Amino acid sequence: MSYTPNIVGFACQWCTYAGADLAGNLRAQYPSTVKLIRVPCSGRVEPEYVIEALSRGADGVFIGGCHFGDCHYKEGNYKTDRRMRLLSKLLSDMGIEPKRFRWDWISGAEGRRFAEVMEEFTEQLKALGPNPLRGE
Amino acid sequence: MPDKIKFGFLLTGGCAGCEMALVDMADKLVDALEHLEVAFWAPTVADVKYKDLEDMEDNALDLAFVDGMIRLSEHEHMARVLRAKSKVLVAFGACASLGGIPGMANVHGKKELFEQAYKNTFSTDNPDDVYPQGKYVLDGKYELTLPEFQDKVRCLQDIVDVDYYVGGCPPHHDFVAQAVRMIVAGDLPPKGSWLTSGKAVCDVCDRNPANEGLDRELGVGAKRTVDGKPEESGCILQHGYLCFGPVTQGDCGASCPKVNMPCRGCGGPIPGIRDYGGRLVSALGSVMGDDGVEQMLDKYPDLTKLVYRYSLPAGLMNKQDRK
Repeated sequence: MSYTPNIVGFACQWCTYAGADLAGNLRAQYPSTVKLIRVPCSGRVEPEYVIEALSRGADGVFIGGCHFGDCHYKEGNYKTDRRMRLLSKLLSDMGIEPKRFRWDWISGAEGRRFAEVMEEFTEQLKALGPNPLRGE
Repeated sequence: MPDKIKFGFLLTGGCAGCEMALVDMADKLVDALEHLEVAFWAPTVADVKYKDLEDMEDNALDLAFVDGMIRLSEHEHMARVLRAKSKVLVAFGACASLGGIPGMANVHGKKELFEQAYKNTFSTDNPDDVYPQGKYVLDGKYELTLPEFQDKVRCLQDIVDVDYYVGGCPPHHDFVAQAVRMIVAGDLPPKGSWLTSGKAVCDVCDRNPANEGLDRELGVGAKRTVDGKPEESGCILQHGYLCFGPVTQGDCGASCPKVNMPCRGCGGPIPGIRDYGGRLVSALGSVMGDDGVEQMLDKYPDLTKLVYRYSLPAGLMNKQDRK
């Protein structure tokens, strides 16, 4: 069954969002499945936002931040990692396949990598099928 | 509120602990009773039947409390009746406000729950697979019914409009006295609000390092209270035991930390939180180090039930079940 996954993406303005911008400049193609939300830091993303997106039918949620050691606010990305590792464990109990949620560290110079990750995530979600909560 | 408030109290899917909290006001209850006329208190206290409530005029009651979550069709029906018959309806306690402890059942499906309760528990002997039936005809002529067991635990606001929420499992009796005083005086926030000081448990906890002008340091590891006991003084979270004080309403006066037990969140989320468990992992992710989170993931096989102990039905993931 083929469908177009709907991915909600949070991208930190210093790294991943810049990386996404670079993908555009390089004409590195990636699917238009991801809707990017720019945040000042991946640490700004509350686990509640992820839960809300998934509960409202998003097929996948992505968070992109700076590599460890490169966070503009020093520790934001470490906090993201700790929070999201905890959140991930809760998702299956709440009826969501954990593969629908991923976070990654993509720098502003990694335009091609951003495109690759979006491509890969989209393919994984196509295989998983649409979120059962979609269309509620 | 009129001078003599016509009062109703309904127990739905709960343990009646919240009703005991009202009674525990003891001498303060006697003062409150001067202003309260108990017109309905079922099934626990007064000999007024469900039918008597159904026969009342709409808005006959000035004030009604509900304690307990909604899981049986009986709960849903009586909650709807009580809403129609009451001018002001209060979700009283964690079950009515958030789903409460029974809310953890939402991690399991109805089939799984029934199999566990009626078949698989080690002391249950049920070789013929007998399960409760909604309807049973006895002697070919008597139709017996049981209320329907619904698919998920819900909180009161999923069924009817709720005017005020009171957290706690049960609400601390000092806080209940305060809430009753506010209600009797008509000194209330806008409808749909929680009755609360709005302060987190940490704010009212006398173990808070800020009381000594110290910063709270990162907690070291994540210890379980089954493995050890926190030191009697100093912040429990800092000692490495998970305490949910930072995101929980502190109307209890930090009762649990006072007796060296970590807070587990029964007071409800502090204002501004949409999903308790989500905000809790956010807070813990901030104040714990990497080793703390590693240990949490390692030592707690049922992490969801730990962080959502009182609040799973009220969480965002259960949102689609809303009326």
